[in-house]
Amino acid sequence: MTLRKFRQADWDEPLIFELSHEGRVGFLPPKAEPEVVDAVDEVEELIPSGMLREKPPALPEVSEVDVLRHYIHLSQMNYGVNSGIIYPLGSCTMKYNPIINEVLASHPRMLGAHPDQDPSTVQGVLEFMYNLKQGYLQVTGMDDATLQPAAGAHGEWTGIMLIRAYHKYRGELGNRTEIIIPDSAHGTNPASAAMGGFQTVEVLSGEDGCVDIDALKAVAGEKTAGLMLTNPNTLGIFDNKIAEISKIVHEVGGLMYYDGANLNAIMGKCRPGDMGFDVVHVNLHKTFATPHGGGGPGSGPVGVKSHLAGFLPVPTIEEKNGVYSLNYDKPKSIGKVHGYYGNVNVMLKAYAYMLTLGGTGLREASELSVLNSNYIARKLKDTRGLSLPYAPEKPRMHEAVLSAAKMNEETGVRALNIAKRLLDYGIHAPTIYFPMIVHEALMIEPTETESVEVLDDFIDAVKKISEMAYSKPEEVLKAPMNTVVGKLDEPRAAHPKTICLSWRRYCSLLGQGE
Amino acid sequence: MMEAIGIKSIDDLYADIPENLRFKGELDIPGPYTEAEVRELVSGTLEKGVSLRCPPFLGGGVWPHYVPSVVDEVVRRAEFLTSYTPYQPEISQGILQSIFEYQSLLCELLGMEVANASLYDWSSALGEAALLASRINHRDTILVPYFISPKRLAVLKTYTEPVGMRIEKLDYDATTGQVKIEDLKEKVNDHTAAVYVETPSYLGFVEEGVEAMAEVAHGKDALFIAGVDPISLGILKAPGDYGADLVIGEGQPLGNHMNYGGPLLGIFAAKHDNKVIRQMPGRIIGITETLEGGRRAYVMTLQTREQHIRREKATSNICSNEALCSVASAVYLSLLGPQGLRDLGEVVTSRAHYAMRRIGELPRVRAPMFNSYHFKEFTVGFKGTTAETVNKALLSNRIQGGLPLAKSFPELGEAALYCVTEMHTKKDIDALVSGLREVLEA
Repeated sequence: MTLRKFRQADWDEPLIFELSHEGRVGFLPPKAEPEVVDAVDEVEELIPSGMLREKPPALPEVSEVDVLRHYIHLSQMNYGVNSGIIYPLGSCTMKYNPIINEVLASHPRMLGAHPDQDPSTVQGVLEFMYNLKQGYLQVTGMDDATLQPAAGAHGEWTGIMLIRAYHKYRGELGNRTEIIIPDSAHGTNPASAAMGGFQTVEVLSGEDGCVDIDALKAVAGEKTAGLMLTNPNTLGIFDNKIAEISKIVHEVGGLMYYDGANLNAIMGKCRPGDMGFDVVHVNLHKTFATPHGGGGPGSGPVGVKSHLAGFLPVPTIEEKNGVYSLNYDKPKSIGKVHGYYGNVNVMLKAYAYMLTLGGTGLREASELSVLNSNYIARKLKDTRGLSLPYAPEKPRMHEAVLSAAKMNEETGVRALNIAKRLLDYGIHAPTIYFPMIVHEALMIEPTETESVEVLDDFIDAVKKISEMAYSKPEEVLKAPMNTVVGKLDEPRAAHPKTICLSWRRYCSLLGQGE
Repeated sequence: MMEAIGIKSIDDLYADIPENLRFKGELDIPGPYTEAEVRELVSGTLEKGVSLRCPPFLGGGVWPHYVPSVVDEVVRRAEFLTSYTPYQPEISQGILQSIFEYQSLLCELLGMEVANASLYDWSSALGEAALLASRINHRDTILVPYFISPKRLAVLKTYTEPVGMRIEKLDYDATTGQVKIEDLKEKVNDHTAAVYVETPSYLGFVEEGVEAMAEVAHGKDALFIAGVDPISLGILKAPGDYGADLVIGEGQPLGNHMNYGGPLLGIFAAKHDNKVIRQMPGRIIGITETLEGGRRAYVMTLQTREQHIRREKATSNICSNEALCSVASAVYLSLLGPQGLRDLGEVVTSRAHYAMRRIGELPRVRAPMFNSYHFKEFTVGFKGTTAETVNKALLSNRIQGGLPLAKSFPELGEAALYCVTEMHTKKDIDALVSGLREVLEA
């Protein structure tokens, strides 16, 4: 066992406002040239008096080095996949984010490109976007795609809007009001369907954790606009009845939507397009190794089969004799979902990743991600207090969901406490309490970039926590102890009396003695 | 590892995939390449095409502004860059506090009390703002200015179509280009969920009647939503001071590179009204305390609005947002402070006015086309030539001219939307003017 004595850096860092000293400034903008100053009026003369800012914004006044240190301190009070040990956050695919991708993404021709520049000045950008799309179509088995959605949920909603446009075009939207979603689905699925104007119908999972075919047949019908499915599902199980599911949905006139959050398991092994899906989204910030930036930016390209291609957002990127252009002339298009073309800088990192691995490398990445998660599942499923619910005999794909229900019953230690105790070993917690169909869920996704030694460390840590739960549960319940702060009063943050979402509010609450 | 699992080959783990669904071929994707090869390949691709001699004279939703080195240094930090959403607050205080600071800095800049952690871009923020207004007052129409970015309007349409909201345009004054208050008074009614105005407008002029518009909107119990370019607010009045209930906008100018239009940073802010806060889309970071010792700490709060808890009843489906861009903006605003932001606003508007003046002196042009104060963008009208022709000629000198407007607003004739910022030196502007002169005198 090589569990580390972890202690997170803690700078007791003040808010940037509390570092302010009158008269300091951290950056000097350029000055207008004397000829410019001579040629134009003073700003106070130019701006209509009613629109002039009279009171300067109460921003902090801080020097350059103070700002730099402040945010470096804050960064050290954070945990990233490239700076930590392992980040097994289920459904989030926290694989290593290669540095070369960052280097390329800071190329001046990328950073400095304005989206309305003449295409002749951005041929390289358009070319890589076009090539990325071709690779995406290979991996997903779809016919066409848009790179515009800025995140996974944005992609889901775009996909739902495509389904909506399809039914509308066929004059069936009035009747097709329902989207079927399994109870194991990500929360974004029902939320995206609702934003697209549909009602959601939940279909229960069977004992094997997959869609219950009879339950599906009972809800599928003439009202069905589509079904949203993650495969492998959020339990990490590949739903082997997928062809039958697609058939049932298609026979009632619905479309199949693929939530690509779990694509990392199957690249080069099988493809959503071959399983009967009509629309897919993929998270480049998961499967294609782009960093998640503490919550974003991501990128959620959407792929479709040819019968939906006409509805894709505008513009599309087209190639003719090696020249790339943007095409807005798509009369059936749903219009736009993003102000421009999506998170292009993120796409560049995904493109570099795709080239680094190539077709064979992507397949190997998936295989190793599956090997790693099965290794963890196998080694942990019989740990005291833990179990692997839903078809424990079946192999898992890229992730596995353990339950700590028994441990909770027997010791009072919950999945939450296991998660917090893991932090104390410098290991990021798995996703917890999801999917909702597993009690005390620990959803573990190690990804392919972790070595067997790291996996063993993780396994040892969980086993040690289990032992501790049965011998000294109070020790586990105290966690986390080695992070910047211990347990937090979360209700306080949301209570109408104490809620505080800005410095401004903080000052006024302090003034009131709250 | 395979022994430990009890398998002979990795394919045993894929046994659940039916034989006929297995992908038998090889993915037709180039590679694998070594790092050096990837660097060569991708850089080579990016460098294709004409390289401009100075930043493009383009704005309209993304603008060339200088990004201080400190900003790039901070957002490159692995602990920020490669972290996920802070679901475990105890080990994620750094990003939580940074985003809280972003929210706080924006509130100071905008004169508001609550800002969320970000939306995808200005366009999606407009879509979400319209939906929020409609959820609050159960009305179905949003009034928007005539001169709105056609791309932003297209996104608004996509967002509001499923709930059946109507989008109605307000007339403009032919001389100033600004929204006609009389037309607003006529159009606002009991169906109006929100009145939306942008200042500076899409065409760069400042709307002077915002306070009156807010009153008209509030008189009919409609929300008043202001759309802003935040970098203008060192010198222009804060929307909180003219009655905005919601403020949206594009945070890209505040320390984020243009990146061919993404990632961007959707700003979304409100007054401290519990009814509005509980309907807000997206993540929000709040202050709390540790259970032991009462130490100040930060958490994602009001999560019961969000999709992972509320599912189909969530206020929005947004999950991943533009967190790192909001950190960049926090660093940017901290570096500049009130004085830096004011100085920046002054140099931007001075240079824009210098450009307007010099271009206006040329034959066969009118710049700007409206008699209003313009912040950094302005219209240039051409006679006897087209904006496309002008741009082609400028490109032969490796200068990117303004965005042609004929397709979006044919009533303006041959016109283009130009943008000048602190990135354009006098030399750059003079080169543009010479380039224009060549075309226009030809």
